Order: sequence, then C-alpha cells, then structure tokens
Amino acid sequence: MSEKFDAIVVGAGPAGNAAAYTLAKAGLSVLQIERGEAPGSKNVQGAILYSDALERIIPDFREDAPLERHIIEQRMWVMDDESYIGTHFRSNDFSKPPHNRYTIIRAKFDKWFSKKVQEAGALVICETTVKELLRDKTGKVIGVETDRTEGKIYADVVVLADGVNSTLARKAGFRPELEPKHVALAVKEIHFLPKETVESRFNIQKGQGVVIEMMGKLTKGMMGTGFLYTNNDSISVGVGVMLSDLMRQKMTPYELLEQTKNHPSIKPLLEGGEMKEYAAHLIPEGGYHAIPQVFGDGWLIAGDSGMFVNAVHREGSNLAMTTGRMAAETIIDLRASGKAMSAANLAEYRRRLDDSFVIKDMKKYKDLPEIFHSNNQFFTTYPELVNRSAYTMLTVDGVDKRSKEKEIFASFREQRSLFGMLGDAFKLWRAFR
Amino acid sequence: MHSVVCIKQVPDSAQIRVHPVTNTIMRQGVPAIINPYDLFALEEALRLKDRFGGKVTVITMGPPQAETALRKALSFGADDAILITDKAFAGADTLATSYALAAALRKLNELTPVDLVFTGKQTIDGDTAQVGPGIAKRLELQLLTYVSRIVELDLDQRTIVVERRAEGGVQVLKSSTPCLITMLEGTNQMRFGTMPDMFRAARYELQQWDRTAAGIDDVTKIGLKGSPTIVSKVFTPTPRAKKAEMITVENGKPADLAVELIARITKSFPTVEKELAKRA
Amino acid sequence: MSEETQAPAKKKRKIVLDERLQAYKGVWVFVEHERGHIHPVSLELLGEGRKLADSLGAELAGVVLSAPGDEAKEYCNTAFEYGADLCYLMQNEVLRDYRNDPFTRGLTELVNTYQPEILLLGATTQGRDLAGSVATTLKTGLTADCTGLEIDPENRSLLSTRPTFGGSLLCTIVTLNYRPQMATVRPRVMAMPEQQPGRSGRIIEHPLAMVETDIVTKVLEFIADDTRDKPQLPFADIIVAGGRGLGKPENFQLIWDLARVLGAEVGGSRPVVQAGWLELDRQVGQSGKTVRPKLYIAAGISGAIQHRVGMESADCIIAINNDPNAPIFDFAHYGIVGDAMTILPALTEAFRQKLATLKQAG
Repeated sequence: MSEKFDAIVVGAGPAGNAAAYTLAKAGLSVLQIERGEAPGSKNVQGAILYSDALERIIPDFREDAPLERHIIEQRMWVMDDESYIGTHFRSNDFSKPPHNRYTIIRAKFDKWFSKKVQEAGALVICETTVKELLRDKTGKVIGVETDRTEGKIYADVVVLADGVNSTLARKAGFRPELEPKHVALAVKEIHFLPKETVESRFNIQKGQGVVIEMMGKLTKGMMGTGFLYTNNDSISVGVGVMLSDLMRQKMTPYELLEQTKNHPSIKPLLEGGEMKEYAAHLIPEGGYHAIPQVFGDGWLIAGDSGMFVNAVHREGSNLAMTTGRMAAETIIDLRASGKAMSAANLAEYRRRLDDSFVIKDMKKYKDLPEIFHSNNQFFTTYPELVNRSAYTMLTVDGVDKRSKEKEIFASFREQRSLFGMLGDAFKLWRAFR
Repeated sequence: MHSVVCIKQVPDSAQIRVHPVTNTIMRQGVPAIINPYDLFALEEALRLKDRFGGKVTVITMGPPQAETALRKALSFGADDAILITDKAFAGADTLATSYALAAALRKLNELTPVDLVFTGKQTIDGDTAQVGPGIAKRLELQLLTYVSRIVELDLDQRTIVVERRAEGGVQVLKSSTPCLITMLEGTNQMRFGTMPDMFRAARYELQQWDRTAAGIDDVTKIGLKGSPTIVSKVFTPTPRAKKAEMITVENGKPADLAVELIARITKSFPTVEKELAKRA
Repeated sequence: MSEETQAPAKKKRKIVLDERLQAYKGVWVFVEHERGHIHPVSLELLGEGRKLADSLGAELAGVVLSAPGDEAKEYCNTAFEYGADLCYLMQNEVLRDYRNDPFTRGLTELVNTYQPEILLLGATTQGRDLAGSVATTLKTGLTADCTGLEIDPENRSLLSTRPTFGGSLLCTIVTLNYRPQMATVRPRVMAMPEQQPGRSGRIIEHPLAMVETDIVTKVLEFIADDTRDKPQLPFADIIVAGGRGLGKPENFQLIWDLARVLGAEVGGSRPVVQAGWLELDRQVGQSGKTVRPKLYIAAGISGAIQHRVGMESADCIIAINNDPNAPIFDFAHYGIVGDAMTILPALTEAFRQKLATLKQAG
C-alpha cells in the first residue's frame, strides 16, 4: 500500500520549507523529504534573513523565530592588501520595528522553520534521499522514489527544492550539469565573542547588527566577494569566489578565508573570538541566463535548484522563500479551480515569477556575471587604484593637492588607459542598468 | 514476543570540546544522538522480531527532547516508544535511574508481558554500565551482560542461550526468560529503516509517562534525592609540572637526534636501560 | 555518577550518615580470578586499597569467592603478599564459574555481615557485571572507571575521580550517606604494587547457603580465547604508537619496524583505529586500552586528553611530532619536533645499534 499525497516537497531548506508550509497551511496533504539528518543540516548561509520574504509566509515570525540582530548599518568595503575604502550607511530608521533584515544562524533558524512546517500539518521525513522522479506513461511526474526499501511515494505534484547541487533535477533532465562558471564556492566561519564585545567593536546597541560586504583584492583577482556579519554573540565571516576561477588558480577557498581574516582591518574585528563552526557550500551565480526550465507536467523547481540567486545583492534565501511560496500558491490555486497539474497550467508559476522582483532583478543583472568574469580589473586594478588614491589624498606630506590629483589620474591612466576606463564605465553601466 | 529496549539520548561526545582558556565545556550545537551502544541492543531486538514476530518497545528516561531519540528508534523499526519524563527525575544517578526505569518496565509488563529487556553495554556520557544490572536486580531478572550473540531462544520453554564475553574467553550461558541482556558493541549492524518505518516514526503519537504514570510513588528514590553519588567537583586535569625536554642537535640530522635521544633516556631512566638489555 | 548533568555542589553537603552505617569500617578489594589466575587488576587495587586503608587507619581485606579447593587459599595468600591484612573467603561449588546471581548474593551477604566502608572492584566484564548488581542490592553509591581514589581527611569519605564529558574533563564523585562506598577501576590505571613474599594475614571463612538448583543461569561452556598473536598491550613494557600525523596507512610500517627491533607492542590512537589502519585491540586511550609501559614512543600523535589518559602513566614517554605546539609535548618526557618519516627509521637504526652494544657488553 503506497502512500499518496497532494504534494511532495523535496528538500527542507528555505525554498522547501516555504513551499511545504504554504501548502500545508492551505490544507493540502504534504510530504517533505530531506536527505540530511535534520532540516538545514545540508544548508549553509552567511546568514541574512530578509523579513519581507518571510512575512509573506509567516506574518508573525518575529514572535518566536530565532533572530540574531536586526541590521542597522551596511558597510561596503573595496579592499586592497593593507587598506580598504568604503561606504557606510547607517540609519536610525532601520532601528525602528518592524525590522527589515536580521542576521540569523541557519542551524537554529532552519530548526524553527521546520517546526512551523510540521505544526502546519506537513509530514517531514529526514535522512532519506529522493533518487528518482516517478512518471506515468505520458512522462508526467506522479511521485518520487527514495533510497529506502518500499520507497515509492505518489503525489499530484512534486516541488523540487533540493538545492544548488540537485542531482535529481539533473537526472530528470530538467537542468544541465552544473558548470563551474555558474557557481561560486563560499566558505565561512563563525567566531564566538561575548555580545558586549560585539556591540562595542561595532558601535551598536543590544539587538542591533552590522553587515560588511567586501570586494577587491581579498579574492586575489578572482571574481567574488567577502562578508562579515554580526550575530548576537558571534561573528560570521566568509568569502566566496567563482568555482571556475578557483579551479584555474588552484587555490583553496580556505586559504582565501585565512588571508581575509588576517587583513589588518578585519583581524581586529575577530580578535579574541573562538572559531566554532566552519562550513562551505556552492552558491548559484549563473544569474538569469542559467535559470533552467522551472515547471513541467507534475513538477516545479524552487530555490537554488532553479538557480534563483541575485549575486550582486547577495539575495538567495529570500528568492528561495519567494519562489517556494509562489510554487505553493500556484499549486493551491490550480487545485481550487479543479485544474490538473499539467505543464500548461503550471506555467502560471513562471508567469508569476516573471511579474515579481525575482525575475525582474535577475534580468536586470543578467550580463553582470559575464562582464565581471572577463574583466578582473574590477577585482584587482581598481580596488588598488582607488585605495592608493585615497591614501595619497589623505596623507598630508607637503605636496600640494593639485599635484596629488595629477598623480592619481596618472596612475589610473597608466593602469587602465583613458580608453580602458571609458570602456570599464560603459561595462558597469551595462551591467547595472 | 515482546522485547523492550532501554535507550538513552546523549550528547555526541566526540564533538564536545573544552575551551582551552576558560575551561568551559563547549556543547554549542552538539547534536544529541542515541547512545551508540544502544543501537546494538536495538538491532538485536529487531532481529528477534524478524525471527519470532511480536513487537519491540523502546523506552527512555529523559527530558522532553529525548523524543527525537525515540523517533529515531522507531524509524529503524521499533513498534512503540515511551518517554518517561518528569522534573523529579533530574539529577538522577544510576541507582535512581534504574529505579525509575524498573518501575516503568513493571507498568509496561502489566500492559503487554515482556519477554526480554535489552540495554546497551554502557553510555558514552556516563560510561558506568550500571543501569542495566540495576534494572535486572530490581525486577529480579536474570542478568546477562556483554552478550555477543544470542544462540538460541525458546519462547515456549522460556529458555535462552547466549554467548557472553568474559576475561580470556567466551562463556556460553543458558538462562530463562524474562531476562535482561546488555549487548556488546560490534555484534551487529543497525539496519537502514524502510520507508514505511520512516512514515510510522514521523506519525507516531509518542506516549509520555510522568512519574505517576510510570508507577512511581516513592519520590525519595528518584532524581537527586534518590542518588547516593554526588558530583563534588568538575575540573581540568592538572598540567604536568615539567614539559618535554626537546631533543635538538646542531646539524639537525635524524640519525644524530636518535642517538642523542637514546643517550638521554638511558641515562635518566635506568628501568628503560634494563628493559632494553633484556631484549639485546 | 550523575547520568544527567548536574551542577557540582557549591557548598559542602551535610553528612547525614546513619549511625548504623558509621560503624562500617575497612577497605575491601574483590579478588577476581579466572581459571586459576588472579586478574592483575585485583592486585593493582590491593596496592591502592592499602593506601586508602592506611589513610583511614583501617584494615585492608581481600574478598575471594570460589569453588572449594586449594586454589582459593592460594588466592588469599597472594592477596596477603600484595597488602591485604585479611581475606574473607566464601567457597561453594556454585561459585566455580562466574555467574551474576551467586556472586551477587555471596558478596552482598559478606558486606551485610562484615560491613566495609569501601568496596573496590576491577572494571572488567566480571567486575562491572557484579558491581552494578551489588550496588543496587545494597542501595548504595557506585562510581565506575575511576582514575583516582583518595580519602577526604575532613570526613573520611572516599573521593573517586573519573573522566567526564567524553574525557575532556575530570570529576570527583562522593557517596556521603550510604555504605559501602563502591568504586570500579580499569586495569592498568593504578600501579602494580610490590609483592611482599611471605607476608601473611588471617582468613575469615563464611558459608554461602546456595545450591545449584537455586540458580537459574547455567554455564554450558567456556571457550578460551586464542591468545596467540593477539596484542597484549596492557602488559607490554615497551610500546611504539602511531597517530594520524603519520599521514598515510603505508607510513605505519615505520612503527612496526621500530617495534620489531625493540621487541615492542604496537599501539595507536583512536583516529587511526577508526580509519582502519590498526585493529581495535591496539587502541590506546580512554575508549581503548590503558597501558603502563616502561617506554612509550608516540609518533604523529597530538596528545589529546582522550589518548593521554590511556598512556600518561608510562615511565618514559617520547613524542615525535612535526607540530611544536602539539599538546603531547606538555606531558612527554622527551620530544623531537620533526618529520616522523625520517625520525622513525633513524631511531630504529639507533636502537638496533644500542641493543647490539648492550649484547656485547652483557
């Protein structure tokens, strides 16, 4: 006697949880299957929680979700080897509830989210891997087969939310093999410090948090970025670079992280901290062009599995939650109007995504990966030049300011030539418009 | 046939570390697991069920979060799970623990007669191996410890033959059921639960017994009150007064380092010189 | 030992030792024997028990439960030679092979009759089987796998120290209000005392009123282990041990080479056993064997506490590690910072020459 559900969700990360919760809340019978020991055990993130995305799923999440600090200040640093030049934005408005972004610790957060999913009525089974999708004679997906005996389970629709490395999507032919140039490998550590230390070091009060986004020479010419987030009594620090670049340079991400941690501006921030967690993960970076087919007869794809990540703005988990929710809503609406889970009907999912910030933002930056990838001057030459310029201007040494300016312009021209700089400006404009 | 397996949820001690400066125990995010030794006991009980039919009940005395350990046990194929939980159990040592579990087992036996009680050899957080023998004594069950193999089980005659690891050899013992068996590690391998087992574990309505439901009326016998042993202090091992004398030689050659080392040892440790002379 | 975490008592607990229990005096050591041999752990415990008895100004007694015959008297004599003042002897055919029921009854009857304040047993399969049953029958406190035993001068109670939290820390446990205070100790944790040939004591015989038909569990057979080729680490005098720092399983050959020249046993840390480089019987450490060799050579072993507790009693510890900050250099006697792959062969050759020299001299 095989089990049958209205929907099966594969994966218990943010996309899977968003989908399973929304479906279960609407009264559908939902089975969620996670291959890790517990929901979130295979997930890694910085991590930042975007309230808006979660509010649309669990409006009162702030009541009991484990949140670290609400972010009141964003710092963007362009780094050279010994210096950085950056902009900070801090606003008191960010301090006023309801807060827009929080730092979270994924292990705790995923546990909470999964509890909500179960309370909503979904059946969650872990330590079980979905090996294959089951199809009927017409090729429609009618269920899944897991790696346990008597492992065939049936459903009207299957939501694939099984992450960046989804072998399932690949085997089913929905997605091609992951290319190194479409993913970044990111590594992170969590360093524990007393919360008073975190607060005094970053000039924040209880409950407030700071986010630092870094780019420049810290990635040794490779396309990538770094981050540092304040949690309640710890700091998350990490670096991510394009896998293709990493393979070419023959560097390990860990080496990169070590060097980042030793940067004279970062080291003091971590001083005295105790490293208690280390993790690495792949992040989809292919952008708009890498998004595969995300719907078909009896199936939908949400989250990293569909490459829904806006790398420029580091938005991944909110896109995961949003696509998971929209997948669920599409299914719920179809059921309500008695429609079948056919490709034609499920196309509505993609239409909704197109209308939303999800696809709109990804489309906006669709050329960025390619541009940055083939123009590593943005990660080396410019950060160097910009830092050196700042140093020159800010050093009072008897040289007059006009001469200094001339020196600066000369250095830029020498490195990039006037023509080159114009070209770079154009590329940036193209990438960001 | 009805087997009961007593399990315990423990912190995964392989992951517990001590902060080198403050000496605090870092249990941050250390996952709780089923005491690994208990898995051998559970697997043995499940094998008996495969052979003889009947059912396997798992019980544990612990805080509410011990529920996850019970569900895990169910996912391997156990049929029923009972969580014995009560604030009054806090601070229990092995004597108080065996009292509580024995009471619960008596209650369980009233509901469905018990043929065999299994426990793991010891826990990785307590290491005492005392609860199994304690339960057996209180329930007046024959105690068979360090069992490496169940050779024969006759449910009609109510006899059992086991192999038991002893010093220098294996005892083959014949005894009667019901009895209590503590399983030796490495005797079997836990199976991979079937999908139906996973479903059942996820859907199972866990039974929770407080001390009254477990049939305990004498609170002086449980928890801290019922524990003769008390932890009077916890501390780090004192560092040795002297650190190692480092051997170095000018040219840094291994051959010379070796010779220098041997010279020093034999000079300072005549017992070692004597030992070497014995082997010359 | 508290199974659930419990905050250590901040104040000294009030001792409400029942008057009746205050009369309990004396330190007892259960003398374990199998097929004609006393288990060495019992002798180690007699050594430790002697010190406790002296602190208390009490007598040390051995407890022998066995089948009728001369062997039993032999066991008592050996106990005297290792420090016992007296022996309680219980002889009965039902005690011929170890079984939980008759031994528990016998030991508890002796305790109830002669009332010791401390009862020590070796943490062997027999000892642990028996200790748990006896402690539960007597409703008293039992501390397992102790690494240290001493008397609290303030109140004469036994302070039992043992590892906790996976071996990272130690804790001291007391049984203040119950008697006897029971403890088990693993083999080789305590030092073997000197034998005092000719030392004697008195024997107190006490009957066990049981017959075979009283006992449910029967011993059908005893299959002795084939000890040929089996590692005998606990009693080895020289041990060469390797750890993960060796890099590859193939490099472990260097350990075997050195061991062969020294006529030594080969041991290893838990990680290499878990990785399958070495069999389980050769694991040294908290979850492996405790060893007390005269010479312990550790190569590629970091010296984490879990390994340390298994070998720190060695007379002379030599550590070879390419990490100058490895914790093992904190407690080894001699250290070499370097690549084990070059040091070990050099050491092998140097020892070979040393032995040759000793042979010529001798």
